[in-house]
Amino acid sequence: MRGVLSRLGQTLFVLFGISVLVFAVFFATPGSDPSARIAGRGASEETIARIRHEYGFDRGLVARYLSMMDHLFLSRDLTSYVNHGQNVVAEVFHAAPVTLSLVSWAALFWVGGALVTGMLAACFAGRWPDRLLSGLGILGLSVPVFWLGEMVNLLSQSRFHDTMLFRWVPALGYIPPGISLTGWAKCLILPALTLSIAFIGIYGRILRSDLLAAMQEDALRTARAKGAGPVRLWVFHALRLSGLSVVSLFGLDFAQLLGGGALLTEVVFALPGVGHLTYQGLSTLDLPLIMATVMYSAFFVVIANVLVDGLYRLLDPRIGSRSGTAARGGRSHG
Amino acid sequence: MDDALLSIDALRLALPSGARLLDGVSLRLERGRILGVVGESGSGKSLTGLSVLGLQPRGRLEGKLAFEGQDLLGFGPGDWRRFRGRRAAIIFQDPMTAFLPVRRIGAQIAEQIRLHSLCSRREAETRVIALLSRMGVPAPREAARRFPHELSGGLRQRAMIAMALSCDPDLVIADEPTTALDVTVQAQILMLLREIGARRAGVMLITHDMGVVAQICTDIAVLYAGVVVESGPAEAVLRTPWHPYTRALLRAIPPMDGARPDRLPTIEGTPPAPEARPPGCVFAPRCPERRAACAFRPALRRHEDRSVACVLYP
Repeated sequence: MRGVLSRLGQTLFVLFGISVLVFAVFFATPGSDPSARIAGRGASEETIARIRHEYGFDRGLVARYLSMMDHLFLSRDLTSYVNHGQNVVAEVFHAAPVTLSLVSWAALFWVGGALVTGMLAACFAGRWPDRLLSGLGILGLSVPVFWLGEMVNLLSQSRFHDTMLFRWVPALGYIPPGISLTGWAKCLILPALTLSIAFIGIYGRILRSDLLAAMQEDALRTARAKGAGPVRLWVFHALRLSGLSVVSLFGLDFAQLLGGGALLTEVVFALPGVGHLTYQGLSTLDLPLIMATVMYSAFFVVIANVLVDGLYRLLDPRIGSRSGTAARGGRSHG
Repeated sequence: MDDALLSIDALRLALPSGARLLDGVSLRLERGRILGVVGESGSGKSLTGLSVLGLQPRGRLEGKLAFEGQDLLGFGPGDWRRFRGRRAAIIFQDPMTAFLPVRRIGAQIAEQIRLHSLCSRREAETRVIALLSRMGVPAPREAARRFPHELSGGLRQRAMIAMALSCDPDLVIADEPTTALDVTVQAQILMLLREIGARRAGVMLITHDMGVVAQICTDIAVLYAGVVVESGPAEAVLRTPWHPYTRALLRAIPPMDGARPDRLPTIEGTPPAPEARPPGCVFAPRCPERRAACAFRPALRRHEDRSVACVLYP
């Protein structure tokens, strides 16, 4: 219980630190006038003066920070000054489910794909299936996601759209699951696959080497001596031992994607997610929007880290008794 | 024709590179006996034990390896799966790394029971607790729910033995079961092994500790560089060792009484590397009794109940 509380305290502290840092970068950089930047290019003097007063830029730093946090989290009425009057917080909340859907589908594909390719490659280590998968993995890693996305679009949306293969693909864009569950799945399958290709490559390789290392452990020799068959050996013993490093990596990547890392995929497939929103904010220098998306992503990265730590404790009982950081690097060979 | 529980004859294990790890291991183990397999590190003791379960890490086995008259070298993967854990089980040296660190002790023992017999999770659990308490584990119900790192070394080794005995195997191979433990715990573990030997199972005890052999073994086989050079009843071999290597090995143990020698006698030289083995007797290069006949490998000859591979005993 004490561990949970201290963990919660740490989390809040980290979030506070991030908010201060982001605030400082955008609104307290010396020599720049934040009100002019919020107002956007070519705004009138009156607008700038009004913003200056509204956000408290004529007051001290602490008061400004507090009012910013109030606009962002409490009254949630921070408005964009590029698209005049648009509520930024609401926009992020509209975009979040899109990104969450896309990334969850992608995670499903990449975990499944990595399990299959990693297992196969490890079982056939050094033989042709291993080499083939290794080559495909490197190919998947090196293909840029925007190019792959465009190619997928080219095939599924125009060239072969009317063939049996791609007739089911809906037009680019997002269909919320509330409107049509099948439509939601259909519009996300190809983008999620595109996004997951590189991850399947990385995770498959990592899993392969972890599995092979685990097979050399004394514990696996014991399992063989017990009379365990190959499936039990690979799945219940080797995979159980080697899942740990993949889990921590997965947590970080998943959080990073939720926080806008799926930007390119979202833009290519015209999905109005958080990455898309960040892209929009960056291209128009819409500071309130950037502020909101950055805070949102930081929040998700931190939350995901907490979840991964919890999962880690469940998966590896040794961690509770040792210091958590020492065991995170990987399996101990002591 | 052969009523032995385990009968190994001229067993060889060679790597594809040509290096010979085992080069003529011959031994017999009968039910109710405890066979001590001794030798220095690298002599192939553990490898012999692992080979009986088909667990040798690399290389191909040749020769004869029979379990109750059944040829183990002809086993397929399915035969091995039914054999391992059920008919022959192994106790590893280091119970810390031998258990899966991320699963509870009880679950790991129950896994072996459920691999070899049709029983429910509950039945397996009851059997695990009964086994642990038979091994002298205090509070067996709680111990079964612990993870390996939460138990002491002695308790872990007891759990390991409980796992090995869980399916009532006919043969138990104990690979240096007491090396990682302190002396008082060692004695308790040896008592357990002796009880197994009394239960009509055969025990193959792999050790480098002559004291352990003298305490509990009924028979002994001395390994040098992958070759069994001498075997026989433990008492006779320990009292009057025949092979020069066994003699040297026993001389290197400090005497229990009398004046302590300033220096213990050592064996000159080092054992041959697997790639560069002498063509004749493997011990000849270090042997004080070396003669011309040693250029040819002496066979392991029987002399009543003992066997020795040395030209001194034709």
